[in-house]
Amino acid sequence: MSILVDKNTRVVVQGITGKEGSFHATQCKAYGTKVVAGVTPGKAGQEVEGIPVFNTVADAVKKTEADTSLIFVPPPFCADAILEAADAGIKLVICITEGIPVNDMVKVKRALRGRDVRLVGPNCPGVITVDEAKIGIMPGFIHKKGIVGVVSRSGTLTYEAVHQLSTLGLGETTCVGIGGDPVNGTGFVDVLPLFEKDPETQAIVMIGEIGGDAEEKAAEFIKKNVKKPVVSFIAGITAPPGRRMGHAGAIISGGKGTAVEKMKSLEAAGVKVVKNPAEIGEAVKKALGR
Amino acid sequence: MNVHEFQAKQLFAQFGVPVPRGKEITSPESATEWANELNTPVFVVKAQIHAGGRGKAGGVKITKDKGAVAGFAKELIGKTLVTHQTGPKGRQVHRLLMEEGANIAKELYLSILVDRDTGWPTFIASTEGGMEIEEVAAKTPEKIIKESIDPAVGFQGYNGRNIAFALGLQNIEPTALNPFIKMLGNLYRLFMEKHCALVEINPLIITKEKTVVALDGKVSFDDNGLFKHEDVQKMRDLNEEEPLEIEATANNLNYVKLDGNIGCMVNGAGLAMATMDVIKLAGSEPANFLDVGGGATKETVAAGFRILLKDPNVKGIFINIFGGIVRCERIAHGVIEAAKEVKINVPLVVRLQGTNAEEGRKLLAESGLKLDVANDLWEAAQKIVKLTGKVA
Repeated sequence: MSILVDKNTRVVVQGITGKEGSFHATQCKAYGTKVVAGVTPGKAGQEVEGIPVFNTVADAVKKTEADTSLIFVPPPFCADAILEAADAGIKLVICITEGIPVNDMVKVKRALRGRDVRLVGPNCPGVITVDEAKIGIMPGFIHKKGIVGVVSRSGTLTYEAVHQLSTLGLGETTCVGIGGDPVNGTGFVDVLPLFEKDPETQAIVMIGEIGGDAEEKAAEFIKKNVKKPVVSFIAGITAPPGRRMGHAGAIISGGKGTAVEKMKSLEAAGVKVVKNPAEIGEAVKKALGR
Repeated sequence: MNVHEFQAKQLFAQFGVPVPRGKEITSPESATEWANELNTPVFVVKAQIHAGGRGKAGGVKITKDKGAVAGFAKELIGKTLVTHQTGPKGRQVHRLLMEEGANIAKELYLSILVDRDTGWPTFIASTEGGMEIEEVAAKTPEKIIKESIDPAVGFQGYNGRNIAFALGLQNIEPTALNPFIKMLGNLYRLFMEKHCALVEINPLIITKEKTVVALDGKVSFDDNGLFKHEDVQKMRDLNEEEPLEIEATANNLNYVKLDGNIGCMVNGAGLAMATMDVIKLAGSEPANFLDVGGGATKETVAAGFRILLKDPNVKGIFINIFGGIVRCERIAHGVIEAAKEVKINVPLVVRLQGTNAEEGRKLLAESGLKLDVANDLWEAAQKIVKLTGKVA
């Protein structure tokens, strides 16, 4: 078991003929992911590393039964690409692209409301279920099949945590990057119940950062609904207010969204919050009584 | 990206949001000239910097004397204003906004931004105009009115009525109801069309003549939306930005200057923030946030070094790379090459982990460069802090 994606997931890569798209489609396929199709308008009939390219997502779905899309198209065309995937019947859309205008995402999020489709991202590393499917840009080899579910707003900081979990022999089930944008699809509160239900996941690592109140909402949810141990790190305790720290969503505004506030809420919900990101793995080990 | 008040008001006017008659002024001569043309009982001269609290810092002058405006312009242009938002160094004034005064009957607060929780654009309004809205929210949260706009259909009349009646506008000035609601719709249009991150009017006033006027204006834009708006890009004022941050942007680096003394260079925003946090935990303070991105090369590393070393506070440099798709031995080559080009005269600790980390560390160790190599994040942070000395 795992969450969101597994060895049966059939992936279509939107923007597959671009530099990023072709590189990562190849990497995902090499990991063992079923990458069944690619889409670049006007390039139907071509192949990328043996993956057939179609003009539209609808064509790709019809011919290959793809159920999940991985998006690499540039920011100005991303809203269009996400909506195209949803309309073509894709059930899970994973958008890697960074730099999509917030107002585009406002409209996309509204348009997806009430529909049978889940968006992960944008501005995220993607989703990996260890040894089954890598749908994103994370380095596959740092992951080891194991018992910890990881959900995070950051990319490389997630790799850092995963590396620790793998080195300590705990390993991971599924790792979900929800992305660093202020308006995104899937949030912590969407992923946490999936991990709670997943029989293979025995503990959860949640990596947050300054900005917004997703961590506070997650704390509320954990308090009521999560029995499994949760370990959390919140990046940005040294970040000054009013400054955007790389991610569009990582900004303390109007005194709201500080790391300290988030840590307090999580601790009050029974989450083990580590101040040192180098101690995430050890904290999980301890929480599991190992 | 932020813009000046006078630019915000230009945009307001363009979208049908009423503002006082005013103009950007850059010299005492142009102040006198505009005062003659403006021909109003009261003149307001406002320093234009990207920070609030200008009034308290002496950056706003009000006079009935047309002859006095040139003197005020002379006094303010070139002056450094220190407000609670500028930091102790303050901000030098290069331009002014000179406009007609207004007869204030009532001050309100109004802003629009995207509520991150719902993902909907949301108006925030209050009868407590002219105050810091954070203070109002903390002390009297019942005086904060929120109205979210469904982005599928945009601003509707009922959204406006909900805000207006919640403010009690029918009691304050009933004739202002319709102009107020119309103005809200125009603000929504401005917010969506120009990809704003925040539009704030504080105060929005009802005048004694029963009109609605934006007496102040603050607009900031979503950087990700700027590519769609050349007119907005032209409003950028580099005087208001940290020179090192301008240089970083030109090199496609994401840099924020801070006040500590350990410069850090990291791949990925989250890890970059975490690296700052670890420096603090180890007993020192980070000099900056610097994300070199997923594809760190020799060129980006060299540019990063140059920027870090231009900051006189930097007493040591900490490079923290988690190689994923980017291979560590490539980064190591980048560091070695860059170190040849840029003279590094402070301690340097390089932590490499992930893809081909061992190979990268070996390359660095054998390079003959004066640097420390580390595998572990915490070990590396302690090393650089030890080399540069803890801050008291």
